[in-house]
Amino acid sequence: MEIKILGSGCSKCQSTEKNVKDALAESGLDVQVDKVTDVMEIAKYGVFITPAVIIDGKVKSVGKIPDTEEIKKWIEQRN
Amino acid sequence: MMLQEYAREHVLTCLIPAFFIAGAIAVFVSQASVLKYFGARAKKFFSYSVASVSGTVLAVCSCTVLPLFAGIYTRGAGIGPATAFLYSGPAINVLAIVLTARILGWQMGLARAIGAVLFAILTGLLMAFFFRKDDAARTAGQIYLPKEEDKGRTLNQEAFFMLTLVLILIFAAFAKPAEGSTGLWPIIFAAKWYITGGLLVVLGFMLKGWFVKDERITWVQSTLGFMKQIFPLLGAGVLVAGFMLGRPGHSALIPEHYIQYLVGGNSLWANLFASVSGALMYFATLTEVPILQGLLGAGMGKGPALSLLLAGPALSLPNMLVIGGVMGVKKTAAFCVIIVVMSTIAGMTYGAIAG
Repeated sequence: MEIKILGSGCSKCQSTEKNVKDALAESGLDVQVDKVTDVMEIAKYGVFITPAVIIDGKVKSVGKIPDTEEIKKWIEQRN
Repeated sequence: MMLQEYAREHVLTCLIPAFFIAGAIAVFVSQASVLKYFGARAKKFFSYSVASVSGTVLAVCSCTVLPLFAGIYTRGAGIGPATAFLYSGPAINVLAIVLTARILGWQMGLARAIGAVLFAILTGLLMAFFFRKDDAARTAGQIYLPKEEDKGRTLNQEAFFMLTLVLILIFAAFAKPAEGSTGLWPIIFAAKWYITGGLLVVLGFMLKGWFVKDERITWVQSTLGFMKQIFPLLGAGVLVAGFMLGRPGHSALIPEHYIQYLVGGNSLWANLFASVSGALMYFATLTEVPILQGLLGAGMGKGPALSLLLAGPALSLPNMLVIGGVMGVKKTAAFCVIIVVMSTIAGMTYGAIAG
């Protein structure tokens, strides 16, 4: 599984990263979380407003901080 | 001492309501409803008009401006709307306009608001025209927008809510009319706290009737977030401006005759100098206002002041570098030149009218 967080480093992006890591820890998974900060990279995903969460190339959330429960659901769907 | 005066005169009556408005916009206005006008298939007319005013809704933090700009440019409506948004985003936010009007006078606030909207559209159209060939080769792809949530409120209710907030701001910050003036203004001034109180009661009912508890909490949180982000910067800006530039009647580190020589009066040179230096300098959110207050006190002309306000917040060396990474050196240079030239012209016009 591949998880990416798109965002230019604002506080919302940091909260999103924390929630993703918490969700992974609660699900007992050890997955690398990549942060994408380059605006051109972010635009390539078709994401206009950050933070965004990408799981295996699929855009899961845009422009908001998803909560831990929501992220766990995405991870479980995947497995 | 200057900080205390700032706090007393401006913060309580003017900035706090403005922060609540900014918070309400960030939380209650649906970003998706605005973003859909930036898609590749959106009508150009709407893309430009929405881009020129959407700074009020989308761009309260500069970190959201650049990804949005890159997205609109590469995937969405193209270079015109993208640069229109890039300019309007930082230039037109509610807090900046309110603070400008309050401290530098409503004429300057109004000139700034009108200038920012007009400039955004003109910049976008010019960029789209200059680079029309490149734009045709762009590939538009799938874009992802935040989901539109059903909030259980009508558009009218949201409009009334915003209107009430704005009215509270206007009456709470209502300036004392000049001595001896008659008519409506002194009457309004005498009654301003009663009107404000009445409006607050109305606001209370709206909040109770139309919003759920979570929304009220996120509203207060985002308002506090803005305050925490912006007050330290603003305080620092006031202090620095005070030390370097002094205020009317007090001289300071930078002698007044330098300022009068560089940006005094309303010459082409003064306006150009103000817009170029505004374009290169980085102003943290809102700090341009106390700095300009200092400069105006030290003899800067009103025209150059507007030039600096129009060129300043949208451009800075650091953000030029990022923009350059997105659309290349040539387009970035064109973007900066357009803004500097238009700011200079607007400054000279305003200087000629306002004296």
